[in-house]
Amino acid sequence: MIGLLATDYDFAYWTQSIFRVVGGLVAVLLPAGGIVYLFLFKMMSFMQSRLGPMEAGPYGSMQLLAEVGKWMQKEDIAPDNADKPIFKIAPLIVLMSTFLLIAVVPFGPDAFFTDFDAGVFYFLAVGSVSVLGILVAGWASANKYSLLGGLRAAGQLIAYELPMVLATLGVVIQAGSMNLNRIVEVQNTGEIFGIGFLGNPFILTQGVGFLIFMIAVQAELTQSPFDMPIAESELVSGYMTEYTGFRFLIFFIAEFATAGVFAFIASVLFLGGWGVPFEWFGWDNLDEVAWWMNLVGPVILATKMFVLVGIIMWVRFSYPRFREDQLQTFAWKFLIPLSLANIAVTAILKVAV
Amino acid sequence: MAPTLSDRQQLSYIASQAADARLNVELETEGMTLNIGPQHPATHGTLRIIARLDGEQVVWAEPSAGYMHRGYEKLTEVRTFPQVTTLINRIDWLGSFANEVPFILAAEQLMEIEAPPRAQVIRTILFELSRIANVSLFLGDLGVQMGAITPVFLAFRDREYVLNLIEGATGGRFHPNFDRIGGLKDDLPKGWIDETKQVMKKLIAFCDEIEDLLFGNEIFQSRMRGIGVIPADIAKEYGLSGANLRASGVDYDLRRDNPVGLAWDKADWKVWTHPDGDSWARCWIRLQETRESCKIVQQLVEQIPAGPIMTKVPRIIKVPEGEAYVSTENPLGEMGYYVVSKGDLGPFRVKIRSASFNNISVTPWVLKGVYVPDIITILASLYFILGDIDR
Repeated sequence: MIGLLATDYDFAYWTQSIFRVVGGLVAVLLPAGGIVYLFLFKMMSFMQSRLGPMEAGPYGSMQLLAEVGKWMQKEDIAPDNADKPIFKIAPLIVLMSTFLLIAVVPFGPDAFFTDFDAGVFYFLAVGSVSVLGILVAGWASANKYSLLGGLRAAGQLIAYELPMVLATLGVVIQAGSMNLNRIVEVQNTGEIFGIGFLGNPFILTQGVGFLIFMIAVQAELTQSPFDMPIAESELVSGYMTEYTGFRFLIFFIAEFATAGVFAFIASVLFLGGWGVPFEWFGWDNLDEVAWWMNLVGPVILATKMFVLVGIIMWVRFSYPRFREDQLQTFAWKFLIPLSLANIAVTAILKVAV
Repeated sequence: MAPTLSDRQQLSYIASQAADARLNVELETEGMTLNIGPQHPATHGTLRIIARLDGEQVVWAEPSAGYMHRGYEKLTEVRTFPQVTTLINRIDWLGSFANEVPFILAAEQLMEIEAPPRAQVIRTILFELSRIANVSLFLGDLGVQMGAITPVFLAFRDREYVLNLIEGATGGRFHPNFDRIGGLKDDLPKGWIDETKQVMKKLIAFCDEIEDLLFGNEIFQSRMRGIGVIPADIAKEYGLSGANLRASGVDYDLRRDNPVGLAWDKADWKVWTHPDGDSWARCWIRLQETRESCKIVQQLVEQIPAGPIMTKVPRIIKVPEGEAYVSTENPLGEMGYYVVSKGDLGPFRVKIRSASFNNISVTPWVLKGVYVPDIITILASLYFILGDIDR
């Protein structure tokens, strides 16, 4: 996108910035809308033997727009005792984390927002920004349920950052780089056991890491079975309890947009990202990839993303909640040792093989 | 303290106790009072639970009922006997027909009449159908309390069939008003029995589905097992009844031990008990009971005797003077009516012994020292219905 345009034409910096902003909005909100319609409305209804939205638009596809319109009309209430500026800015912090995450995702050989050499490090860092938003949302609401929810969220997100980092390290060791585009290239030019036809998607060699990463993503999104912070039936709605109208909508969208972005990152790290195995077209490295991959790449990546989000949502709709102590025990006593062992084995094999 | 310890051991023990006490004083945190309710998703209505928390642990908890009090005991005093069923239908609003039966039986006991055998069997069938309608929703709702949203929709789907059956027989889905003193209002419609057999197969399949989806889930088991244990003696002390009592290992079922003029002894079924007494046991017992109820209905529809469905009762019912207490095994536990009559058209005084009121009385004891998430699961497994508590 940006890279593609920048090679042929010399755009002014402000034009490039506008492209980046519009592209970021499209890349975050379009998947979010698709996820909400496909999974939250239709798949959930199918699982629960009901129909879901039917009337708004073809097959109810405009339902989300109708809901957004509904939420926009509602009053934006802040409780009397709330810390109002913080209370009002908290959802924006959560959504900001999502937009910061999309910045490093490569959609094609030249279609990316930034080509950042420490991409993995960057997304692990900014993924934690949402913790701050959730914590202040819970604290500023002046509500006991919100307070409990916010504190639970903070504990949970901090606990599950670690397995996520450690699961990603295995990929970094194998790829030898932290640049996400380089990771895509390594996966699509590599060979596994001497067979190079399918490339080497890391899900084959890093299967344990992939599982740990997906579990950690599930926890980062505060979705069932890790939805202790929200807990509709118990803490009413956790840190979202006092939010109404548009601010609640921002939380809601942020949840699904973050699901989409994390699934983007997971498919870049483990499923080969935007690429097809380069051997099919006779490419050797990233520079030789044909220009049309910039258009086909996003489609391939989106397909992989929807598959992963489908799995996330499937688990979400059918699993009950962990209790808090069980959740922390699972993270610290099971996932982290497992991911450390995974790193050790990966490193040994990397040196030996 | 065991008497075999030496003085040195005793001294060290006392010293360690003192150190612990000092540490507790130093580390004491400020408590927080959390009101769960009166409007809360987990309380099935307007129950308020006042919980004092230390962090996330409950130090002290107490239920505070009465937000929905409707005064049915008083209202019955200004109604005639046939009119009372319209009120007591609304007590446990999920298994309405089961509420009517004990009152009608008490009135029949006072009048010294008995319903004909056909009416008794049909009463039992409808009783069990309302039990299924009630408990199937409980099985679905269990998941909702823990964040699994799918089971409740499956429960609603299959409960619809049972409600359709009740509607077909009685004309009302929630409030049948079908029971009369001396029998039933109407006979069963044509084709109802075949439909019932099919629906019972569906319900047994639903039980299997729930067992797969919820009870087989490791997270569900870890949330339920060993949580909220109520020993048998405590359960008896607090007057628990129904599935909550049987889950504590007490083999007591009024359907078997006191079949007051109903036809449970004609079917072959089993009373399930569970030795553990925790939340898991309570839920598991109810799951098995739903299956047993389906079996009872399947057997009873085969053997409905011919004959009238009403005995001869006077047009204007006057119940002779006397007192009677009849209790039956309702979906929520033992439900009884103590009816005092002075020979008028209506009862002089009615005392309703509803199961949920006694079931939630154990919450202060059982909620001590659990976490906030466990409050919800324990309340869900105790299974109260607000109308049943507040009456």
